[in-house]
Amino acid sequence: RVSLPFAVGQCGNQVGCRFWELALREHAAVNKKGIYDEALSSFFRNIDIRNGGDGPDIDKGKICSLKARALLIDMEEGVVNEILQGPLRDVFDSKQLITDVSGSGNNWAVGHMLYGNQYREKIVEKLRKTAEHCDCLQCFFIIHSMGGGTGSGLGTFVLNLLEDEFPEVYRFVTSVYPSGEDDVITSPYNSVLAMKELNEHADCVLPIENESLFDIVNKIHQMINSGKLGSTVKQNSLVTSSASSAKIVQEKPFDTMNNIVANLLLNLTSSARFDGSLNMDLNEISMNLVPFPRLHYLVSSLTPLYTLADVNVPPRRLDQMFSDAFSRDHQLIQADPKHSLYLACALLVRGNVQLSDLRRNIERLKPSLHFVSWNQEGWKTGLCSVPPVGHSHSLLALANNTCVKPTFIELKDRFMKLYKKKAHLHHYLHIDGMEQSCFSEAVSSLSDLIEEYNELDATKGGPSADPGRLKIAV
Amino acid sequence: MSIVTVQLGQCGNQIGHEVFNTICGDVHGTHGLCSKKENESYHDACKERFFSEDESEVPVARAVLVDMEPKVISQTLSTAARSGSWKYNDRSHFCQKQGSGNNWANGYSVHGPRHKEVIMNLVQKEAEKCDRLGGFFTIMSMAGGTGSGLGAFVTQCLRDTFPSSFILNHVIWPYGTGEVIVQNYNSVLTLSHLYQSSDALLVHENDVIHKICAQRMNIKQISFRDVNQVIAHQLGSVFQPTYTAGGGSHYSRNPLGDLMESLVPHPEFKMLGLRNIPQMPENSLAYSTFHWPGLIKHLRQMLIANAKMEEGIDWQVRLPHLSSSVPSTHSINKPLHFNTSIANLVVLRGKDVHSIDIGSFQDPSLYACWLNPQEAFNAWKTPRAFNKYEKSTSLVSNSQFLLKPLDNVVGKAWNMFASKAYVHQYTKFGIEEEDFLDSFTALEQVISSYTNL
Repeated sequence: RVSLPFAVGQCGNQVGCRFWELALREHAAVNKKGIYDEALSSFFRNIDIRNGGDGPDIDKGKICSLKARALLIDMEEGVVNEILQGPLRDVFDSKQLITDVSGSGNNWAVGHMLYGNQYREKIVEKLRKTAEHCDCLQCFFIIHSMGGGTGSGLGTFVLNLLEDEFPEVYRFVTSVYPSGEDDVITSPYNSVLAMKELNEHADCVLPIENESLFDIVNKIHQMINSGKLGSTVKQNSLVTSSASSAKIVQEKPFDTMNNIVANLLLNLTSSARFDGSLNMDLNEISMNLVPFPRLHYLVSSLTPLYTLADVNVPPRRLDQMFSDAFSRDHQLIQADPKHSLYLACALLVRGNVQLSDLRRNIERLKPSLHFVSWNQEGWKTGLCSVPPVGHSHSLLALANNTCVKPTFIELKDRFMKLYKKKAHLHHYLHIDGMEQSCFSEAVSSLSDLIEEYNELDATKGGPSADPGRLKIAV
Repeated sequence: MSIVTVQLGQCGNQIGHEVFNTICGDVHGTHGLCSKKENESYHDACKERFFSEDESEVPVARAVLVDMEPKVISQTLSTAARSGSWKYNDRSHFCQKQGSGNNWANGYSVHGPRHKEVIMNLVQKEAEKCDRLGGFFTIMSMAGGTGSGLGAFVTQCLRDTFPSSFILNHVIWPYGTGEVIVQNYNSVLTLSHLYQSSDALLVHENDVIHKICAQRMNIKQISFRDVNQVIAHQLGSVFQPTYTAGGGSHYSRNPLGDLMESLVPHPEFKMLGLRNIPQMPENSLAYSTFHWPGLIKHLRQMLIANAKMEEGIDWQVRLPHLSSSVPSTHSINKPLHFNTSIANLVVLRGKDVHSIDIGSFQDPSLYACWLNPQEAFNAWKTPRAFNKYEKSTSLVSNSQFLLKPLDNVVGKAWNMFASKAYVHQYTKFGIEEEDFLDSFTALEQVISSYTNL
């Protein structure tokens, strides 16, 4: 059962790179015998490189050479080249890459219209080739940022393409939203233009905000440095991703933050790859968390935080892990789900956690959460037996909650500030296929979405309407 | 006669595995506290019912395993084989890769028709291995997509292909505070469809079994395995061989037929609940003794007061005297309302069974007025003790046991349906709003029938 990640743009590829490293590490820890199994096959192909990589995939038996099932797309070469020269160079081959040289200039229209049209056929061809190698293609992941040009523009172009070519395969998008102080001036334009595409073509979107990632990384640093966790950082720390350093050092900007997003994807797919007493597949996530087609934005949190770092920590109070999942500090966007309205909530537990622990915590936390009237007990749960590497347990919480609204409202405000003055519009409008209506339609789509959340919020705390039951003749 | 078990979805396969484990463990692992001859009869009857043989002499479960994703079946097959005392047939399973996504419509309208032929072929093969086919036992949960949706479809196919065979669906009622958000939709669709093709639905509620694990079995960290083992014990306590009243000196050969005949006199009433006592941690068994009169008394009160387990039974609930002229009002929430029955079956296993007086279960006030209490009550017995319990008794009841849970599920589903939440996920696969309405109507009818007993 295959999940196919597409990393588009600089951010997407940097996150993607962390993702592949972590995935290999996770499978290496579980798969001691070096046998190519079902779990591995969801992200990797097994090939014999002696045939120049053109031979058929090796479905069973020993691992020969693992190749990631992925497409790496960037309109600049820098990031992708670095990946190909780094420790992951053997995991990809050139056929999985689509690159150009000049980049998209932080311009959604360049990414979407110009490069989209230019590379359409090539993308479709490589997409088909990659899909051919998959026994059962369940889900596409797009990893990108919203604020730039390639990830945002070309990334959403790919999203459209995926819907056209493979309408039945689920499309999950992990989108990094720009912060207010983003140094790309046109990021609001790019983000809102991309949002329209996400509204219309994605099955599920996991929005991420850099500020939240930054805060979480700082928290982890504090925890480690204060000695609260009671021990030292291991070599090969995920936080540093540096093999030699024993101290926490930020090797590259964003590296530590990207690890978090990579972990999100790993945890999301863990139950599909590994055994458990209550499996939770990706199509189940979409089914349970999306009550209405456009309301598909899911706020995520990963707890305990120290599972995001490679520290040797004795497991702490289990219940704290559950409590933290609902606190605003642990969400991957700036949002407070506890004080907004839940439409649905999913909890995926990994490792040494029993059914009764899960149920006890749901009972305990339920009273402090607000659920929409037609889904008062709306919980989706999953139990996966395999914990993250080096830890005994972890929890991924996904919430369809109106707390995403402020993020969207702020985005719209920043957009309007620029749009009212028609600032920088000419950069977009001179691209073939771009018109003013693209902008007005995009902001209109965003407004509609915000309005849907408003209507739901209005029902919060009020009496739940009691629809009378069907009466039948006795 | 033999029973062919169809295990559907993750839940169905996990429970099915525990059921065969329990049955095998009971036959081989305990000596039954009876004569050798009795034991051998029991063993033979059990084997005929549940197992076939192959060259290896390890008993092969008469089962077909179906799931839309591979991990659970794979684990189930290997765990069984490792036990050394029984196994599944290597070829009696069917799985796909992508799962049903908790979507009833996907299970019923897409996977069902697509894989009908392959699945029914496997069932046919198992059926042919039986000298005489006693019927089908399907195990499924209502909450997910495969067990529920595909399970409903397969049940329909079983009915079409084997029109005169008995079909008993074992249905797992999910926890009230969800395991799956759309579980109430899936449940409503499942129940309404099963009602059309099945002979009876035997229900286990996760919440109830969970409580039993916590309070009776003293398990601190409850896992699904614990829950499934309690369920398996309860099922075994009903389906392991017994003597029926008219059966003479042989173990009954037609358990499903006997069950239907005893418990389902009218097709409108198919919901069966199950109670089993005593239930306690294994290491306490050696220190406990039980007396039949006490067990019978408790079981009867559990029936009358609709108690889910042997703790916290409400002894205030009493049957009305027949001579009283006060008509009982039919309200679900009326305090002290007693549980009215259509039919009851009590199974007794252990020492001195033949001396037990169970006349109290034939009290006419237990039953709806249009029934004959002599026919509405049956008892099955065997002196052979079950699964390390010196004495064990079970009640399978066609009564208002499941009225409240059913009403709850339909209510919650209707509440969600009124807002149309999630409906697009079903229409995507061909289940329209009209289909929902048909299901709601069918179940409101069932609720009404049970309410007005």
